[in-house]
Amino acid sequence: MLAAGLALLLAAGLGTGPGRAAPRGVLREELLLRPLPVGDVAAVFQFRTRWDADLQQGAVSHYRLFPKALGQLVAAHGVRELHLALTQGFWSTQSWGQPPLGAPTGAELWVWFQDTVPDVDKAWKELSNILSGIFCASLNFIDSTNTVTPTASFKPLGVANGEPDPCMEVVCTENLTPWKKLLPCGSKAGLAVLLKAERLFHSSYHSQAVHIRPICRDASCLAVSWELRQTLTVVFDSFTSGQGKKDWSLFKMFSRTLTDACPLASESKVYVDISPKNKEKELLEVTPTPTSVHEAIVQGDKTTYAVYDLLSPVLFNTSRSLNVQLKWKRPEDSSELSTPILHAQRYVSGYGLQTGEIITLIYNTHPYRAFPVILLETVPWYLRLYVHTLTIITKGKENKPSYIHYQPAQDRKRPHLLEMLIQLPANSATKITIQFERALLKWTEYTPDPNHGFYVSSSVLSALVPSVIAMKDVDVEESPLFMSLLPSSDGSSYFLRLYTETLLVNLPTPDFSMPYNVICLTCTVVAVCYGSFYNLLTRTFHVEEPNRGGLAKQLANIIRRLRGVPPI
Amino acid sequence: MAAAAADEIERSRGRRAALSFAAIAVLLGLPLWWKTTETYRAALPYGRIAALSWLPVAVSVSVAFLPGSVPADLPRRLPYGDVRQERVPVGSRSDVTSRTEMAYRGTTAREEAALSADTAREADAALHALQDSPSGSLTVYVVPEASSLLPQGINVYVGKHRSALVRAGPGLATLHTRLQQLMQVMSFSASSIAAALSDRVPDGQLGPDAWRHLKSSLGYEITFSLLNPDPKSHDVDWDIEGAVNHYVQPVLDKLNLVANFSVDSQILYYAVLGVTPRFDKESSSFILSAHSLPHVINPVEARLGSSAASLYPVLNFLLYVPERSHSPLYIQDKDGAPVLTNAFHSPRWGGIMIYNVEVPASPQTSLPLHVDVDMVRVMEVFLAQLRLLFGISREELPPEFLLESPGNEGLADWELDRLLWAHTLENIATVSTTLTSLAQLLDQISNIVIKDDVASEVYRAVAAVQDAVAELAEGRLRSAFQASKEAVTSSERAFFDPSLLHLLYFPDDQKFAIYIPLFLPMAVPILLSLAKMLRESRQSKKEPTKMD
Repeated sequence: MLAAGLALLLAAGLGTGPGRAAPRGVLREELLLRPLPVGDVAAVFQFRTRWDADLQQGAVSHYRLFPKALGQLVAAHGVRELHLALTQGFWSTQSWGQPPLGAPTGAELWVWFQDTVPDVDKAWKELSNILSGIFCASLNFIDSTNTVTPTASFKPLGVANGEPDPCMEVVCTENLTPWKKLLPCGSKAGLAVLLKAERLFHSSYHSQAVHIRPICRDASCLAVSWELRQTLTVVFDSFTSGQGKKDWSLFKMFSRTLTDACPLASESKVYVDISPKNKEKELLEVTPTPTSVHEAIVQGDKTTYAVYDLLSPVLFNTSRSLNVQLKWKRPEDSSELSTPILHAQRYVSGYGLQTGEIITLIYNTHPYRAFPVILLETVPWYLRLYVHTLTIITKGKENKPSYIHYQPAQDRKRPHLLEMLIQLPANSATKITIQFERALLKWTEYTPDPNHGFYVSSSVLSALVPSVIAMKDVDVEESPLFMSLLPSSDGSSYFLRLYTETLLVNLPTPDFSMPYNVICLTCTVVAVCYGSFYNLLTRTFHVEEPNRGGLAKQLANIIRRLRGVPPI
Repeated sequence: MAAAAADEIERSRGRRAALSFAAIAVLLGLPLWWKTTETYRAALPYGRIAALSWLPVAVSVSVAFLPGSVPADLPRRLPYGDVRQERVPVGSRSDVTSRTEMAYRGTTAREEAALSADTAREADAALHALQDSPSGSLTVYVVPEASSLLPQGINVYVGKHRSALVRAGPGLATLHTRLQQLMQVMSFSASSIAAALSDRVPDGQLGPDAWRHLKSSLGYEITFSLLNPDPKSHDVDWDIEGAVNHYVQPVLDKLNLVANFSVDSQILYYAVLGVTPRFDKESSSFILSAHSLPHVINPVEARLGSSAASLYPVLNFLLYVPERSHSPLYIQDKDGAPVLTNAFHSPRWGGIMIYNVEVPASPQTSLPLHVDVDMVRVMEVFLAQLRLLFGISREELPPEFLLESPGNEGLADWELDRLLWAHTLENIATVSTTLTSLAQLLDQISNIVIKDDVASEVYRAVAAVQDAVAELAEGRLRSAFQASKEAVTSSERAFFDPSLLHLLYFPDDQKFAIYIPLFLPMAVPILLSLAKMLRESRQSKKEPTKMD
């Protein structure tokens, strides 16, 4: 085991020299705490690693802040953009407001490949297998039967464009450790110390995501940098766990406090959303005093953030750890929910195991502006959609979509894909219904628990939602969190992507011992037929001679004699 | 009487019917059942697989005598040839014979001119320009005893390429021993063959060195990782790109013949060793003792991550910069003496080096302390470990030997040849093991399907390995290695083909559950009537004897 390394004669005159400065990465970590209308608290972590090197050339093999596993993946498989989200629970837009970063329940993988990739299907397969290895998730079950290539709903977020290949799949998620391992500081320092699995999974909503994309290195956009964003959204039900109080603190939620920033991070901030919801100021109070207050317009709403800069030495002057606390000054009884402008609902109706109906309700609560929305539906092949039954009704009238793209399913090959551009009038609810028939699967195609039902992945709504207040152009790099990930547009509207509920549909399930029963039954029939044939053919017939009679005859004779009748 | 006759006819008709039922079942039913439920198996060359254990190895050495160096007791006039053959003992499962073809000749005029150089190094360079020696062969030049070409006290000089200079001794016997020693150094020896065939040699026969070498593979990945467990106090930077280009790449370019290599590096923060070092008061330093080293690697390995790009084995080289609170950190060997290089390696895994940061004199220095790693120091250790892991370390040399430094390439031609010998032998051994175990598996498990494409891979592997063996017997190393690589690829592909497993899970109880409902009701009447007929025929045989 132990061996001293031999001194080796290296050729003289080959000193390493100054060496060119290797591209260094920049790490920024952010945590956004947002009290939700109903009393829950949403905590959103975002770790951004930016690397000024071009992964695509394949020349880079020396990694610093960027995780090697993901870097190699991007380089080896010609990935342009990769988005992977693993989610448990459902973000209910109606009661929580618009999600900071939407993700469907289950797993979503969404990849653009380079134009140079010859066989996208093969690359997709390999990629999903490797990703499932890295994240300990069963992403390898993502195949052509649950993958679609939408035409309008998904566009690359980075500076590249290529073939999209998103996919929606339902997988269980408890994959936090590999996700944390990708962080340069792990969970040893910085904001990531709060990521304690037992608290994070004791929550109403948990979504972790990895986004890799190329971005412009500078304003002129001549060179490409790569950006890795790791985000984690968690919603704590602090209202019920806090004895009816809506107050919270970092310690109560995570059972940890912050002590320092990750030494590798160039920015480490905690944002607390303290925007006055009901035009009454001073309703809540955060301790300790924030280092600064930041105002921004997020998702069409003016938002005020209390900012704690972990890198500023002032913060840790008084106490050694930071435990952000929020107290409501007086119990807020008039907790009327401000309904979000765009929200949606989806459910299955109908009875029996033959047919059914998928109903999607989309609400536009904007008082005076109509806007279009793109709806993407992915339905597995075993629900046979009847497209002629597609009806879209708004305010009692039929609403004709201005764009429809429908790709019918192929049995066991690909799912149904339905994309529609629907205009939502102001202050309206739109009902979209489509009927389907349930298919009978082959008996080996059923899951181990077929009576649980089969999941239908969420439909995706993409919209440019008009803003209530005017937004000014913000510097993307400077603004906190998410605004830089989703494309922002002009000042009057903002981009939003919503995911609806996943559906659970029962399929007719056969009796799984049936094949054996059939074998037994046919064999019995064959055996009975065969047996009688055999009997018939091999039995020897011979003429029966009357003999002296057996016991019955003797008995009969005795009785006859007693009666005085001659015996036979 | 007529009734009895009719009865007899009837009975024999029944017998015939039962017999024909049995005959149909046996002649038609059984073969049909056998044919339809048979697992498909293409024919495989079992005989040729079994014959793979024989391995002849040949090396050709030409010995050139300078005028004045020819020993007096030479058995024949120059030039003449001499062939030596011996059996190498490597366990019972393989049979290795090594053949050494010696060709004795005088030097040519150009060689004489080259050998008239001032130093051995210049002569070596000049001779290399003249030679066109194929890999695997050796040329030995015998210089007169009084020659000044070799330094005082040195009798054998091993060059950078495939040649060596030997001082002529007082007689042929001295020359023979020197040549023998030279062969041990420059070409394969029994121990290197045994190490290459370590899978087939019984345990206990090999030293620990044999287990250190990496298994032969088509490619390797080399990962350099800088572990910085304390980024708050140390801001460590290394110029790994430059170091790889300057020191590692030339070696890998040379090794490219043997396998494909890819090099990458990463920096891991907050990665700690699995062992808490012990504080030593005397030297006011921290100590990692030799017996705790095996526990160091596991916790680190979880952070290293696996490669997403390929399936080749990974060689890890870790540079560990200890935390400020555990600094300086030294490794102690079994005797308690500090290890000079502060590094250790783990067989077939890689190496770890501990790089202590000099503590600044003034305690007021602001943290984090910027550290630029001295890559020359680090790469010396890592390259030495790389050589060890590839099994190209220098063996113990007699004092009268002088080795030429291989220079920046880090590897002499003859060292590469030795590596090729070892890898070729190992590849052949691997192929023969793979194919033999496939044959054994087929013998034991009847449910394995062999499709035609799997069979053709097996045939290809067998053909390639026979080719490799033939080339090896001829001493053509390069082509033997190529053939052995192809053989490995084909045999692995055949062995790991997923179609082999398609019918593997078909347990016997299920088979019976399906067969019994049909076969039992059909077989019982046939068997019963056959038994009845047997009984009757036995009785009818007895009856005539009674009648008589």
